Amino acid sequence: MNQSAEELNKVEKKDLFTSGHRACGGCGQALAARLVQDASGENTIACVATGCLEVFSSPYPDPSWRIPFLHSLFENASAVASGVEAAYKALKKGPVNIIAQGGDGSTADIGFQSISGMFERGHNVLYVCYDNEAYMNTGVQRSSFTPLGARTSTTPMGNKTRKKNMPLIAANHGIPYVATATVDDFRDLQRKVKTALSIEGPKYIHILAPCPLGWGHHGELTVEICRLAKDTGLFPIYEIVDGKMTNVKKIPVKVPVQEYLKLQGRFSHLFKKGGSPEIIAEIQQIANQNIERYNL
Amino acid sequence: MLKQIEGSHAVAEVVAKCRPNVISAYPITPQTHIVEELANIVGQGKLDAEYVNVESEFSAASVVLGASAAGARAYSATTSQGLLLMSEVIYCIAGMRLPIVFTIANRAISAPLSIWNDQQDSMALRDSGWIQLHAEDNQEAADLHIQAFKIAEETNLPIMVCMDGFILTHAFEPVDTPDQKEVDNFLPPFRPTNIVDPRWPRGIGLFADPRFYMETRYILHRAMEKSEETIKKVSEDFKKAFGRDSGGFIKTYKLEAADVVIISMGSVVGTIKDLIDQLEEEGKKVGLLQICSYRPFPRREIYNTLKDKMNIVVVEKSISLGRGGILASDVRWSFPRAEKKDRNISSFIAGLGGRNITKNDLRYMVEKVEKEPVELEFLGLNKELISEKDL
Amino acid sequence: MIEIRIHGRGGQGNVAAAELLSVGAFMDGKFSQAFPSFGAERIGAPVMAFVRIDDKKIRTREDVQTPDYLIVQDYNLIGSVPVLDGLKPDGLILINTEKKPEELQLKTTAKVETIPATEIALEIIGRPIPNAIMIGAFCTITGLVRLDALQEAIMGKFPGRVGENNVAALERAHEIMQKR
Repeated sequence: MNQSAEELNKVEKKDLFTSGHRACGGCGQALAARLVQDASGENTIACVATGCLEVFSSPYPDPSWRIPFLHSLFENASAVASGVEAAYKALKKGPVNIIAQGGDGSTADIGFQSISGMFERGHNVLYVCYDNEAYMNTGVQRSSFTPLGARTSTTPMGNKTRKKNMPLIAANHGIPYVATATVDDFRDLQRKVKTALSIEGPKYIHILAPCPLGWGHHGELTVEICRLAKDTGLFPIYEIVDGKMTNVKKIPVKVPVQEYLKLQGRFSHLFKKGGSPEIIAEIQQIANQNIERYNL
Repeated sequence: MLKQIEGSHAVAEVVAKCRPNVISAYPITPQTHIVEELANIVGQGKLDAEYVNVESEFSAASVVLGASAAGARAYSATTSQGLLLMSEVIYCIAGMRLPIVFTIANRAISAPLSIWNDQQDSMALRDSGWIQLHAEDNQEAADLHIQAFKIAEETNLPIMVCMDGFILTHAFEPVDTPDQKEVDNFLPPFRPTNIVDPRWPRGIGLFADPRFYMETRYILHRAMEKSEETIKKVSEDFKKAFGRDSGGFIKTYKLEAADVVIISMGSVVGTIKDLIDQLEEEGKKVGLLQICSYRPFPRREIYNTLKDKMNIVVVEKSISLGRGGILASDVRWSFPRAEKKDRNISSFIAGLGGRNITKNDLRYMVEKVEKEPVELEFLGLNKELISEKDL
Repeated sequence: MIEIRIHGRGGQGNVAAAELLSVGAFMDGKFSQAFPSFGAERIGAPVMAFVRIDDKKIRTREDVQTPDYLIVQDYNLIGSVPVLDGLKPDGLILINTEKKPEELQLKTTAKVETIPATEIALEIIGRPIPNAIMIGAFCTITGLVRLDALQEAIMGKFPGRVGENNVAALERAHEIMQKR
């Protein structure tokens, strides 16, 4: 289905993921989830993995979901969504938007097998990843999305590994659509969801969703932090359509990574006395590499 | 040193003093405080160990399997979904006779999702060839870990130290954690006998056709039965070294004159003891048989201790759906058919999904079995949530 | 055995309050048990924590259903959560609010005390975390745990300036309650 540019760029507000859920004030993921569901519309089935989103939005007897919601385990949202899609095909039902959703773990760690299988088999499912760079629901433990230097409860001295590049891994499965987005740009995020849903096959959208509690910043700074994540080059914004990178959001004025890091408690140890300028330098190097690689 | 400390932290502290070489775990509520504290201890250089942050429980178990097979003292912790996810590896570890110690922070199993306590998780793996020890309180939880490494390494059997999630893991209470020297005196360095090493090439985890497989299971079963001696001896040695009654097979409370005997395991035992004292003041004689070693199952102890007791009630935080109480079933089997006579063994299921178990609930249970035996009853059920059409 | 139930919102240090009371009681030579009522709580969601204090070992693991004392860290919970449930008729409830007890008109026979803990916290600690003030006021009123045991507990958990600020807040609460 092709939508007009006007339809694609319209900001949708349908209240399909309604208020009254139990997310922390300022939660990036709650905001993103609302935008995703509204962009998709009523004809949607959400297959959600265990994690913050599922836990704060689906307690019996009052879930926030006004569309069909299916939750199984932490590691199998993609496989479950594959099953829903297979059923719709077999029963010749639909069309319907099937959106598998989860955070770090269910996308890139415990659920990695499951998502890779879904991509490889070519299921007509959109996977939306809410990236808050750690296992927030269980208490801020590190994930493979935790960036270099970040303090988490299982990397109390600072994370020593680099962030796994899930969007490129997804693209390397040969799927027709991959996009990155941040939670502060409603129009862009929803446009990407609508674009994805208009394409047949597996789709992947990776959304940076800051977590004020886990990242150590005030909820009001979420928008600023998203902007800095982009303008430092640490979180590049782009789409990959049929294997070709496109719509890369260029950075008008490049910002040094310190500006981004110093706003967040999880990096505060890098700036304290006896801190780690060499780690900050390495983080800057990562940003520079991104700027070059994605031509930001 | 005696401290007011969170259960998880007491366990982490004590495990660190057991000098594991490799720790690998995947965070899952309510085990998280244990693994976070261990990350802290390792990160601060207080324990020289490899701490491997893995991507799932399946991998956590696999990492400790590999580590143990390479001669390291290995440790992990999990619960509920995590334990089920790694269940394949759990069976592997036992079949390979690797002396690994796990903490299981007992929790209910999805679906529906529950992060709260019951014992369905460790029960689901009761047949796997792991020794399963249940802690009554955080002191015992800490103590059992020290004993577990010793028992495991002497028997080449892996051990689950089970402690009720949240109820124990997240409770602050006084725990005496021994110092490093005391632990070193009790727990000698690991001398593995069964490892992959180019100096003595051997294969671990081979393929066994029908000519060979059955004997491996026989040997494992007999090894578990034989481990009874070690479990008891280590508990006695622990008492000599640290002055505390921890672990062992079973413990009893006010059993001698009891007309009704309650059998249970885990933290609910504390509430039961308080009730027993209350009932005693009211002139009722009720006693407790508390199971510490669930696997191997203390069949003979139960029979010998309760031979003359005619009214027994088992209360457990688990169920075999479609059959009934699991612990109750094990207890009923402990008494030979011919001797059943008028002995009643009642079965109550309680506390599933973290449902609070009150002294009133338990009092109701005792009063009920005083009148008649109960085949199977769920304690504290909310009938308003149930309708025939749900069946 | 004394049973205390603490009500608050996630982020107000309810579990820490329970922990500090129990550690303080321990340092005061008593037996104590503290545990949270755990949910998948988020910042701002209602949370409960429980404390038991006794002269002998505490064995029971039930939830605290008939508390002798209630500590309410967020006054606004009273309308929306059954805060008063089970409170013993001759018990005591300490509420974080600027209002005076008479103004609250609570339907209870228990004694009601109040203290503007959030305001004091903002002044002395610089963050709206009322727990040190609440436990300070609570122990002054009830005498359940000595103030210096609480101070020791706070410094043990929060070293450095955070600990000092919390101890100062604790002492301010003590002064205020003593004057009443």
